[in-house]
Amino acid sequence: MTPYEKVKAVRSGDRLTSVDFIKNIFTEFTELHGDRRFGDDSAIIAGIARLSGMPVTVIGIEKGHDTKTKIKRNFGMAHPEGYRKALRQMKLAEKFNRPVICFVDTSGAYCGIGAEERGQAQAIAENLSEMMTLRVPILSVLIGEGGSGGAIALAVADEVWMLENAVYSVISPEGCASILWKNPEKVEEAAKCLKMTAKDLKELGVIEKIIAEPSKISNFYEELGRIMTETIEKNMSLPVDELLGRRYEKFRKIGRR
Amino acid sequence: MLDRMLFRKPKNELEGNRDKKAASNVPDSMCVACPQCKKTLIKSDIPDYYNTCQYCGHHFRMNARQRINMIADKGTFSERMRGVSAINFLDFPGYETKLENAVLETAENEGVVCGRCEINGSPCFIFVMEPSFMMGSMGTVIGEKITSLFEEALEEGLPVIGYTVSGGARMQEGILSLMQMAKVSGAVKRHSDAGNLYIVVLTDPTTGGVTASFAMEGDIILAEPGALICFAGPRVIEQTIRQKLPAGFQRAEFLLSKGFIDEIVSRKDQKAYLSKLLKLHDRRESNDAV
Repeated sequence: MTPYEKVKAVRSGDRLTSVDFIKNIFTEFTELHGDRRFGDDSAIIAGIARLSGMPVTVIGIEKGHDTKTKIKRNFGMAHPEGYRKALRQMKLAEKFNRPVICFVDTSGAYCGIGAEERGQAQAIAENLSEMMTLRVPILSVLIGEGGSGGAIALAVADEVWMLENAVYSVISPEGCASILWKNPEKVEEAAKCLKMTAKDLKELGVIEKIIAEPSKISNFYEELGRIMTETIEKNMSLPVDELLGRRYEKFRKIGRR
Repeated sequence: MLDRMLFRKPKNELEGNRDKKAASNVPDSMCVACPQCKKTLIKSDIPDYYNTCQYCGHHFRMNARQRINMIADKGTFSERMRGVSAINFLDFPGYETKLENAVLETAENEGVVCGRCEINGSPCFIFVMEPSFMMGSMGTVIGEKITSLFEEALEEGLPVIGYTVSGGARMQEGILSLMQMAKVSGAVKRHSDAGNLYIVVLTDPTTGGVTASFAMEGDIILAEPGALICFAGPRVIEQTIRQKLPAGFQRAEFLLSKGFIDEIVSRKDQKAYLSKLLKLHDRRESNDAV
């Protein structure tokens, strides 16, 4: 698949979304709502569950599968209250010393009047800085679309993984083609130049692991659950200062001189 | 004397017309119309008014070094990492040419100037973004320079003053620019957790990935009058929701009313304002008091 074909594939309705991962990897998932400030954003699902028996906090951006759920989930485009709900759950995870697992799948944070007037930028910024020093392990998995600020707001983690066909980019190829080249038809080229595939990002040192697509593995969820457990257990055993030092350094080295 | 006559506020319509005619005698290349009040200004006069319109106070964009001269005490600014310039990590087509042009246009190597200075005697670190360098777009060099500045300020236990202006993340550096949001945020957080002060001044325009990271992470967030401050730009929102945005939306005054910034401070008052805040947070002073 070309990079742009991957972009189209992750946007198509037949791809697995966060609810599928949550249902199949964890047990006892208990959804918890609301940011305690403004409202409850259904584009982000958050709660507590067990991963191989261990209590964890799970957060996922949800796009929905059919028209009805897509509308309910605002097509996976979160408002500030969604990011604040996620942060509230992360702070609870820190308090009760349980790791955080995030599933990221969004074309971007929502652009609209309400989102701006309630501080979309401030909500994202706060997540970035709080996640950098959250005193429990964080693992983020990009399962489909990783759209810019709306994606990184849940991807400041000890490890960031991507599904083989997932994409992660600072801007959509459409946006890049029209802003930079004033030519919306150059999307294919833009997708290639932006280096947005899992393979590119692994080479650039931005992600740690590429996960094979579910269609390629018979026991996909079991396998993913197993490596998640391994990684989380490894990170839970680290002294907190070392964990945070490594997390800082992971991002610090990108573009270092 | 002539200047004063030309730019005196008209007392009535007739005078106003006369004013216009007279102004047209000054060559166009030496004049500029204020985009807000439309009055004609002589270019060489503008710096005398802190790069603002002498009539309506409209704030023109201003380059980074001019700002540093305006804020830092004379002779105290010592620059950091001036020579660092961008690398085309992704082999993005046309990026080298864009960078070369930006260097020629601005005489800077990148879109931020960083260093240590004193403001009315208070030592601090300062970063000022450069609007003319690829619209202050944030790539790895800006991320690296600002991160290093916060790290050095943390070591010395000194405040950081930041001036932001940015079109957002730099597309030509793809995901690496996005990662700078997390990287800088990490350094800001460490500096903050150690009890150090960070004051940020948002200037026109501060958008995208810069707003969604270090622009919104100040202990105290100030803005210049009328500055556009947003995550998604007005055009993008209008295209998404297919309706016109209300006047003043995403301007500094709007953010103040929504509770996202602490104060709007005009350019001419900024040095005194920053200096007052620095002194109010001076830990040496409070130690003395104990």
